[in-house]
Amino acid sequence: MFTAAMTGVLITMLLALIAAVRGPTVYDRILAVNMFGTKTVLLIAVSGFLAGRPEFLDLALVYALVNFIGTVAVLKFARFGSLGRDDRRSQT
Amino acid sequence: MSGAIDIASWIMLVTGASFCVIGGIGLLRMPDFYARTHAAGITDTLGAGLVLVGLMLQAGPTLIAVKLLLILAFLELVGPTAGHALFKAAYADGIKVHEGEDVAQQVEQETAEAMASLEDAAGAGADGGESDAD
Repeated sequence: MFTAAMTGVLITMLLALIAAVRGPTVYDRILAVNMFGTKTVLLIAVSGFLAGRPEFLDLALVYALVNFIGTVAVLKFARFGSLGRDDRRSQT
Repeated sequence: MSGAIDIASWIMLVTGASFCVIGGIGLLRMPDFYARTHAAGITDTLGAGLVLVGLMLQAGPTLIAVKLLLILAFLELVGPTAGHALFKAAYADGIKVHEGEDVAQQVEQETAEAMASLEDAAGAGADGGESDAD
């Protein structure tokens, strides 16, 4: 049953990759990459159970945290063209 | 008892994985960006939630289940937040809502065409009957 879940998650990751390559705007690509990251968390969790080594869950937890920060950072970079000091420059 | 838990976890894992695949297909098939956000949101909350709860049932009351619960809580918090941030950024950037073909209008038009072809066929049959009568 872990194999079935893993197959589904892998198919979804493949579809998300296709969407990331195909997406017409940058927001489509960010959306697809965000979804790819979430599915990576699931893949790590399921593969830990599949291998009988659930210690992989720590990696999944860290990946979930990093994925959100990464998504917001890439989104901000795509929106403003820089990652910081934009507000300060506009005030002066 | 453990058999019932196994079956429940199996159902949850397979349902969650199929929700993920459905969301992936939606990500490729939906017509505009906002609809695609909706498709990706399903995989982030329902698909991931079902898979993680299925794994939790497999793990039983251990530290592993607590870690899975942490991952689940974080994903459920963060998925909609990231979706909302993406949505607002795209809207502020002026990404257009898809207005190509109105689905209701399209369905109405196709229904009318089907009815017309049906009436044509019936009319042809009726014409044949009339010509026989003549």
